[in-house]
Amino acid sequence: MADENWKPKILAIICNWCSYAGADLAGGSRIQYPPDIRAIRVMCTGRIDPLFILKAFQDGADGVLVSGCHFGDCHYLEGNYKAAKRMFLLKTVLKNIGFEDKRLRMTFVSASEGAKWATVIEDVVKTIKDLGPSPLNKEIAR
Amino acid sequence: MAEVKTKEEPRIGVFVCHCGTNIAGSVDVKAVVEYARKLPNVAVADDYQYMCSTPGQNKIRDAIKEHNLTGVVVAACSPRLHEPTFRGATKMGGLNPFRFEMANIREQNSWVHMHQPEEATAKAKDAIRIAVAKAALLEDLVPKSVPVEKAAMVVGGGVGGMQAALDLANAGIKTYLVEKNPTIGGRMSQLDKTFPTLDCSQCILTPKMVDVYRNENIELLTYTEVEAVEGYIGNFDVTLRKKARGVLTTEEAEARGYVGGGCNGCGDCEGVCPVIKPNPFEVGMAPRKAIYIYHPQVSPLLYTVDFDACVKCGLCVDICGDKKAIDLNATDEFMNVKVGTVILATGYDIFPIEEKTEWGYKRYDNVITSLEFERLICASGPTGGHLVRPSDGETPKRIGFVLCAGSRDNTGVGKPYCSRFCCMYSLKHAHQIIEKIPGAVPYIFYMDIRSFGKMYEEFYYRIQNEGAKFIRGRVANILEDPVTKNLHVNAEDTLLGRPVDVEVDLVVLAAAIQPSAETERTRRLFGVSCSQDGWLLEAHPKLNPCGTTTAGVYLAGVCQGPKDIPDTVAQAEGAASAASIPIHLGEVELEPYFAQCIEEKCAGCGLCVNLCPYSALALVEKDGRRVMQVTEAKCKGCGTCGGFCPGGAIWMQHFATPQIIAQIDAFLLGGEE
Repeated sequence: MADENWKPKILAIICNWCSYAGADLAGGSRIQYPPDIRAIRVMCTGRIDPLFILKAFQDGADGVLVSGCHFGDCHYLEGNYKAAKRMFLLKTVLKNIGFEDKRLRMTFVSASEGAKWATVIEDVVKTIKDLGPSPLNKEIAR
Repeated sequence: MAEVKTKEEPRIGVFVCHCGTNIAGSVDVKAVVEYARKLPNVAVADDYQYMCSTPGQNKIRDAIKEHNLTGVVVAACSPRLHEPTFRGATKMGGLNPFRFEMANIREQNSWVHMHQPEEATAKAKDAIRIAVAKAALLEDLVPKSVPVEKAAMVVGGGVGGMQAALDLANAGIKTYLVEKNPTIGGRMSQLDKTFPTLDCSQCILTPKMVDVYRNENIELLTYTEVEAVEGYIGNFDVTLRKKARGVLTTEEAEARGYVGGGCNGCGDCEGVCPVIKPNPFEVGMAPRKAIYIYHPQVSPLLYTVDFDACVKCGLCVDICGDKKAIDLNATDEFMNVKVGTVILATGYDIFPIEEKTEWGYKRYDNVITSLEFERLICASGPTGGHLVRPSDGETPKRIGFVLCAGSRDNTGVGKPYCSRFCCMYSLKHAHQIIEKIPGAVPYIFYMDIRSFGKMYEEFYYRIQNEGAKFIRGRVANILEDPVTKNLHVNAEDTLLGRPVDVEVDLVVLAAAIQPSAETERTRRLFGVSCSQDGWLLEAHPKLNPCGTTTAGVYLAGVCQGPKDIPDTVAQAEGAASAASIPIHLGEVELEPYFAQCIEEKCAGCGLCVNLCPYSALALVEKDGRRVMQVTEAKCKGCGTCGGFCPGGAIWMQHFATPQIIAQIDAFLLGGEE
């Protein structure tokens, strides 16, 4: 458990059609949530190469959130299924090399789920705060 | 393309928007601009009250020229809102519009961290740093123009779908109107009168049905469902399932060589059919044969065999005789149509109000829904327009109307939204019983009367003056007197502040509405999102209520959310107008987020080929080896191939791997001390 003032670095890679729109809706509805996430927009979670996530962890990210459309709702039919398969695999890999797989999370937030987006962020931030800084975090290692 | 991209040193301009106090209220804009100035590759950083205004856009245009910029970053609202605006400004300055990147510091920052100015400012700095890193690697892209098929499709043949189809057809566009039922007309054909004018619903609807049937530009496809959809705006390839109808039209009969044959709607078949089942058009209150027409005013006038009920006795075939209109061995047929744009008008169903057990629907005989009331009061209905109590056939004198039955209901059983037309039709029902039944008293239990439309409030006054009793309070429960089958409506009269128990002869529940059963399947076929309640999601709730996030697909009527007939027709006309634009333009531009193969890295493994949901990728022989090739017109830019290529040989335009890695690095490695 890290100290109270520790600000985790959490990367979110989110799809344009569902989760990014859901995050926009949370904003439009002025739903407040923790400010510890930085988001990168891609058109579809299917675009996410597992290497992006490994790169983020290598760079010292304390957590990575991948968020896309609900199953069956993908703007590109099935990109989210493929992303989910990759994330499952990646989580297994992370676990096997002794890295807490909880630092990687995949969620499904639709364009109408602004409130859910806020809940997801709260939950992700809490999870990462409970885990503390990433073992790969260079600042801590130094 | 994929080769070496940046010969020149990147020179990025950063423009931070105050958005009045929307952003500046939480984010220290001046500090953010100061920070941006020091970032690598940033040539100029500036701020303005409203970047989207003309002076704001001019700032971008002028800075591009003055500082010879290679890329532009605007930190403002969501790219989903203003990306097209700022791409335009970038273009005005002489840069390729795809050299623009947006940092969202409003929807995903200032608005969600309103009371955390320090954190919001730090987050804005990070967002700009991330955007600058991407902007430095952006490349010139050219949108791809594709031709638009000069035809449209409307799914759903209710009043909204009919209006949309008529407008498209009258604008000279070939229109396929697809309806799952054997006739067009939709819910409106089940209604007796319409508020507030008290027009007879069928009287104003049937001329439209005839117009649709006769319009040369409309191909009416009743008893037909959408089976599969492929393609994109301009080029939708839709597979339709023509359900087995068992009855031939004159044309179909002639095609089989039965000249002069085919169904003429005489109805002899119905007379001899021995099978009886409940008629869904009459909400189950009247019988229907296994060969039937939906209601007397159907269009087209063509019988339909209900193959779920038919026993194939053949009596109908015999009596049909030489017309040879009936084919009991018919099977579903499939057809393909190509259209440029699509309008969804899939309508609504009634919420199963028996789930609100406290009101006793389906337990007490004399509790009915308002749709059942419509059929009972309608002259063409099962009782010839005489309102009766289901328990004993007597004429009810005291009638309770329970409004918001399942609407505005946060108990988890009903629907949280307002169904929007129940107040008004219940007022109309009250008027109808006062008019038809001497001495009848309507008791209207309401939460609020929402009479928002033109002449609606006046109609409300009229009904008040006609003697309807209004009790403001939600009905707690309804209990049946087991002997008389009368009902005790228990509610709190919140104006008098006391509980009331009103004994009535009949209760009419103004049941909530919900998306029609087929909505979910249809929207997934067309790739349209839905809101939490299942209504189809419009592109923007205020500024694009007819569009969807799928280009070329538009919405009309209740499928987008509860609305009454005038609003449905208005939206249908809006959707038809929107759907006709790409067709009249003749071509549309697709965003150039295509995959490209970096051939020197491609090993020809073909993993990507199977990943592509659009069959846009293929392996081809080139210089003696296999490499992947993209068909740009088929590629929609999801990047699923690029996310998996083991060799990193796929270059996703505008979302290329080096660009995304640069964003990740900028966030995690490039921060402040």
